[in-house]
Amino acid sequence: MRILSLAGRRLAASIPTLILILIGVFLLLQFAPGDTVDAMMAQMGGGDAATARQLRQFYGLDLSVPAQLGNYLWRLVRFDLGFSSIYGKPVATVIAERLPPTILLMTASLSFAFFFGLVFGVIAARGVNKWPDTIISTLGLIFYATPSFWFGLMAIVVFSVYLQWLPPGGFEDIGLVQTGIWRTLDIAQHLILPTLTLGLIFLAIYLRIMRASMLEVLNLDFVRTARAKGLDETRVIVRHVLRNALLPMVTLIGLQAGTMLGGSVVVESVFSLPGLGRLAYESVVQRDLNTLLGIIFVSALVVIAVNFVVDILYARLDPRISTEA
Amino acid sequence: MDTKRFEITRRAALMTSAAIAANVINPMRAFAQETPRKGGVFFVHYGAEQRQLNPSLQASTGVYIIGGKIQENLVDLDANGQSVGVLAESWEASPDGKTITFKLRKGVTWHDGKPFTSADVQFTAMNMWKKILNYGTTLQLFLTAVDTPDPLTAVFRYERPMPLNLLLRALPDLGYVSAKHLYENGDIRQNPHNLAPVGTGPFKFVQYERGQYIIAERNPNYWRPNAPYLDRIVWRVITDRSAAAAQMEAGQLHYSPFSGLTISDMARLAKDKRFIVSTKGNEGNARTNTIEFNFRRKEISDIRVRRAIAHAINVPFFIENFLGDFAKIGTGPIPSTSTDFYPGPDTPQYPYDKALATKLLDEAGFKKGADGTRFSLRLLPAPWGEDVSLWATFVQQALGEVGIKVDIVRNDGGGFLRQVYNDWNFDLATGWHQYRSDPAVSTTVWYRSGQPKGAPWTNQWGWQDPAVDKVIDDAATELDPVKRKALYAEFVKRVNTELPLWMPIEQIFVTVISAKARNHSNTPRWGSSSWHDLWLAE
Repeated sequence: MRILSLAGRRLAASIPTLILILIGVFLLLQFAPGDTVDAMMAQMGGGDAATARQLRQFYGLDLSVPAQLGNYLWRLVRFDLGFSSIYGKPVATVIAERLPPTILLMTASLSFAFFFGLVFGVIAARGVNKWPDTIISTLGLIFYATPSFWFGLMAIVVFSVYLQWLPPGGFEDIGLVQTGIWRTLDIAQHLILPTLTLGLIFLAIYLRIMRASMLEVLNLDFVRTARAKGLDETRVIVRHVLRNALLPMVTLIGLQAGTMLGGSVVVESVFSLPGLGRLAYESVVQRDLNTLLGIIFVSALVVIAVNFVVDILYARLDPRISTEA
Repeated sequence: MDTKRFEITRRAALMTSAAIAANVINPMRAFAQETPRKGGVFFVHYGAEQRQLNPSLQASTGVYIIGGKIQENLVDLDANGQSVGVLAESWEASPDGKTITFKLRKGVTWHDGKPFTSADVQFTAMNMWKKILNYGTTLQLFLTAVDTPDPLTAVFRYERPMPLNLLLRALPDLGYVSAKHLYENGDIRQNPHNLAPVGTGPFKFVQYERGQYIIAERNPNYWRPNAPYLDRIVWRVITDRSAAAAQMEAGQLHYSPFSGLTISDMARLAKDKRFIVSTKGNEGNARTNTIEFNFRRKEISDIRVRRAIAHAINVPFFIENFLGDFAKIGTGPIPSTSTDFYPGPDTPQYPYDKALATKLLDEAGFKKGADGTRFSLRLLPAPWGEDVSLWATFVQQALGEVGIKVDIVRNDGGGFLRQVYNDWNFDLATGWHQYRSDPAVSTTVWYRSGQPKGAPWTNQWGWQDPAVDKVIDDAATELDPVKRKALYAEFVKRVNTELPLWMPIEQIFVTVISAKARNHSNTPRWGSSSWHDLWLAE
């Protein structure tokens, strides 16, 4: 019950921010030259003025900007995200179709980055300034500095074109009709390369944070106490240091959930995944305002939800932070 | 021009163009004797998803590449570029050119089993081609009625004479038929069949997963005997060009149409025996690169400045170093691939001559200032195609050499069209002019005055010439093919003299296709055609 009321309060507090963001994006897109009919003309390779006028009417673009904004907000109040002009379907349906690949990719890469960041961070911190630390830190730096589209393409060239171990793109195999566990395995196989590509960049960050935070905690008095009372090193690290060093990592998850939704645009394009990032990019190019605003709305909800979970995790990790506060 | 910085590109381009040439000369290795194999799945690269798939409603390669296999047109082009009947078997025009009669094919059925009749043609022509289809609305502007005396005869009635050869050249693109019984009720634009097309073609629509793939399968009741050969066609949606090239190499794609890969990837795959890289089969989709002038700038409204700009740019150098064998020098709005109308290179041309460019600018009274600049211009490149972007940078540098400072302003598709053709917020613009078989379809609108503001790819330059307007109008209704050709030669001569826009490069789309494919690239608009005879070798 306490958690529910906390969730309610969190959501209520974020509503003004959400509305401000939506209005801001709406107005920003008004400054971009061209509307969805121009974008459609560009795609069709031409059309006459009468057609354009008809289409503007069809998409409701003949109204004034405040009227369009007013209409949008009024629909939003009734939980109606509107109609997508590129997909010819309700925005809610379009997003619901595209959300699973993105959430799957995001969860997989975050888990990958978190887990290996943690492990490598601990190893690096224990052997600080010795060779394991140097190797791990250098690799981390390389991963961090390499653009993800390049990583993705190179992964495709090596693992799909030359070695032919993994599929080069797509969400599942179209040639075969699969069900149940085989379909799950097939999708998992398709997600390995994208997950690694997206995860490696974040891995570098987690690794650095984990290493720094371990080093800091290792020098604290209670660690010396733990050692003094004769605990073995593994126990000291796992029971005493790790738990305390994890806090900044958990904070990072909350912060990066948003970044990851954005970063997935590149990875989804390179691996032809039907996710939210690509949908957002397409909606900007096609000036599909309803879809774009819908994506921002849903992404904001996802970020709020992730941060809420992070807050609860805080309380579990460190009893001094209570959910009441 | 400083040639040093282009050294590496030139060498690379020469090496790769030799490799491409080798493939172009010998694209159909000796497999004339092979027996066609039934079966197989053909995987196609689909780069940009459209809002719908019905070619009766939208004329663009992005629709034909899918809809053109499912729905069929009245006529198409054969291997020699001549009109050949598809849903129409024969045609005839009345002497006054106001009535054109089509005899339709017997025994053709829609994929849902209903018979195809002249009522479908009538419905499509009056409600789709005349009212919605881009370029169709202009072509069929004077269409008053389509009569259907019997189920296999459609009589098109025009208010003004319609040249039969214009209609026959336009119909391959603008003559796809939709089923009346599926469209007669409700809003045509919102009809669910726009995304799940039903046609008479060799392939039946199966499934469309947005952002992922589209599947069509063999139509067992197709009217051509023993066709088609393929079991299925699968279009994979891949927006990233480099990723598409990797998928070709990984064997996940058989065909990337319409220059869908990057120039460097196409050059690389041309050296790979598993692929054929060629412009063959795309002759019907010629385009020219443009430089569009805004006459509202007083400097540009001076013809000496426009000519100086043309003389200042070394077009052969650009083609040789950046486009290789994929392009050639253009001579005007009608490309050399259009054998029926090409007037030859004997019209006013503007070869590279820096001294002459400087002299013209001096004469026009635009002297160099203290910083060596005469005046500055804003150049808006269209966002489609790598070549446009390269060309814009090349123009910027070339004009800098003669004292014209060029600022490049980049936009995305919608932004570019709005800024250039609606807001007139440009000095120079550059993009593609698509030539569609006959100058009256989508070429003369670039020059005819009186275009409504905001219509993309039309005369929005603030320029008009009554003589050009007259020749355009006369040619559009001239019934004698010889006289029509002469009128268009006159048109090219006139616009090349006045230079309201300049079309100095001619290009044809490049196809990258698996060497296992047979009977491919065998018509001038093969990528858009129905693929009823395409098959895959083991």
